Amino acid sequence: MPGFNLSFGFTIFYLTLIVLIPLSAVFLKTFTMTWPAFWSAVSSDRVMASYRLSFGAALIGASLNVIFGGIVAWVLVRYSFPGKKIVDALVDLPFALPTAVAGISLTALYSSHGWLGRYLEPMGIKVAFTPLGVIVALTFIGLPFVVRTVQPVLEDAERELEEAAASLGANNWQTFSKIIFPALLPALLTGFALAFARATGEYGSVIFIAGNMPMVSEITPLFIITKLEQYDYAGATAIAVVMLTISFILLLTINLLQSWARNRGQSEKN
Amino acid sequence: MSAIAPSTHSLTTSSAGRAEPVVVPNALIEPLWIRLLLGSIALLFLTLFLFVPLAAVFSEALKKGWDVYFTAINEDDAWSAIKLTLITASIAVPLNLVFGVAAAWTIAKFEFRGKNILLTLIDLPFSVSPIISGLIYVLIFGAQGWIGPWLRDHDIKILFAVPGIVLATIFVTFPFVARELIPLMQSQGSEEEEAALVLGASGWKTFWHVTLPNIKWGLLYGVILCNARAMGEFGAVSVVSGHIRGETNTIPLQVEILYNEYNFTAAFAVASLLALLALITLVLKSLVEWRLHDEMAEQSLQLIQE
Repeated sequence: MPGFNLSFGFTIFYLTLIVLIPLSAVFLKTFTMTWPAFWSAVSSDRVMASYRLSFGAALIGASLNVIFGGIVAWVLVRYSFPGKKIVDALVDLPFALPTAVAGISLTALYSSHGWLGRYLEPMGIKVAFTPLGVIVALTFIGLPFVVRTVQPVLEDAERELEEAAASLGANNWQTFSKIIFPALLPALLTGFALAFARATGEYGSVIFIAGNMPMVSEITPLFIITKLEQYDYAGATAIAVVMLTISFILLLTINLLQSWARNRGQSEKN
Repeated sequence: MSAIAPSTHSLTTSSAGRAEPVVVPNALIEPLWIRLLLGSIALLFLTLFLFVPLAAVFSEALKKGWDVYFTAINEDDAWSAIKLTLITASIAVPLNLVFGVAAAWTIAKFEFRGKNILLTLIDLPFSVSPIISGLIYVLIFGAQGWIGPWLRDHDIKILFAVPGIVLATIFVTFPFVARELIPLMQSQGSEEEEAALVLGASGWKTFWHVTLPNIKWGLLYGVILCNARAMGEFGAVSVVSGHIRGETNTIPLQVEILYNEYNFTAAFAVASLLALLALITLVLKSLVEWRLHDEMAEQSLQLIQE
């Protein structure tokens, strides 16, 4: 096959120029900091509060997506209903809709005069400009991940196994918990990790609805921006290093989960 | 990421549109009340988190009627934002397209050490927060950055100018085309190319006449996703733009400015353009997926007949 030198060379050149050199800037910048300066930048009270919000809300959002995304995938694969193709296509909306648009739309919905806010606020549930709003935004942007990882697994699932279980006298719940759920587990976990990873770094859809109060509803990416606006480049970069490190660990976990899911699929077929 | 790979979707349509009836024993069908319950939960969840927010964009945009809507869009700042968005996408998408093809060719056609590392590195921009994607360019081109002082001395503006916006957009959309093409080209193998080469075709000729027709739908799919993100990117662009009205505002940034000025109707009017773009993206994406699926079904039918 010809073209190895050209395509490999260009791939590495472009990757280095666009991704590797710029990303290394983040790490090199922090090397200019002293250890105590780095530590105080990444562990101040305000930044700790932002980690708790960013990671906590991402965790809740991803969990909601596992439950409801799992149900959506099940309904889309196993049941038929009118308009199914359209609903299926719309599941990808959070991938296609720019985050700023999602952000202002969710804010309008949940503010006190919005379509949803006007019913929720009299009940004492305030969503817009509170941490609850952050959870809503992060659930929105993570929605497609679980659906799209579970869907193909459900489609490939061997109904024979379920038939065998049923013919051996298992009821619906037993078939689900003993046959279907274990087969779906790697996909559910992968979808969870993908949604979680995306949510931790999310910015556009969150800042409009969050209210951005320091210590209460300020996410970590916004805090990085605040530091930049104060010309505290080192401080901003130190927090970025923490977030990048966590992202890389998540990326590694996702790769391991995916290869686990693949191997499992293969060993079952053999 | 793999979650948005085309194969995911073509499988959906395959089970939905399968010709031979699949006989499912009664014991495997959940009772009606469970089916209704699950269906209602799914529909309620999607309504709350997808349909209502989408409808709200258009409803808010048209709240004060069509006249106000068109006035809001037909405005100099809005037009310059649209122009900048189109320029940015028309640079970022072709560059990442060329990269995507080169990376997929390297990974699908050759065996070499470190291939898995290369695959992971290509995915990297997906797992970086948009804010950090912007920050890296501030660290390089900013006043205190690596080459910031040199750029200032030579009067070259990258940060808070169009080149910075283009660079940040290239970074965030970097993996899209490669991610779609790599699995597609891997599954297609190299037999057809090898045959063409044996028959005396040159490398480029083989690529143009054999590989490209085989990957055209996957390529288009990647370009559609890449373009949607390039036009809609907010966080990364917001860090490097400097928010100069009429100069360095893309459509999403224009939405933010209008919104922060409490000019909600205009903000939603401009946002509705992006929502329309998202809907068009979803339609094109579905069409390409169905097309991809049809071709794969044809291929497997041929295999069975052979």
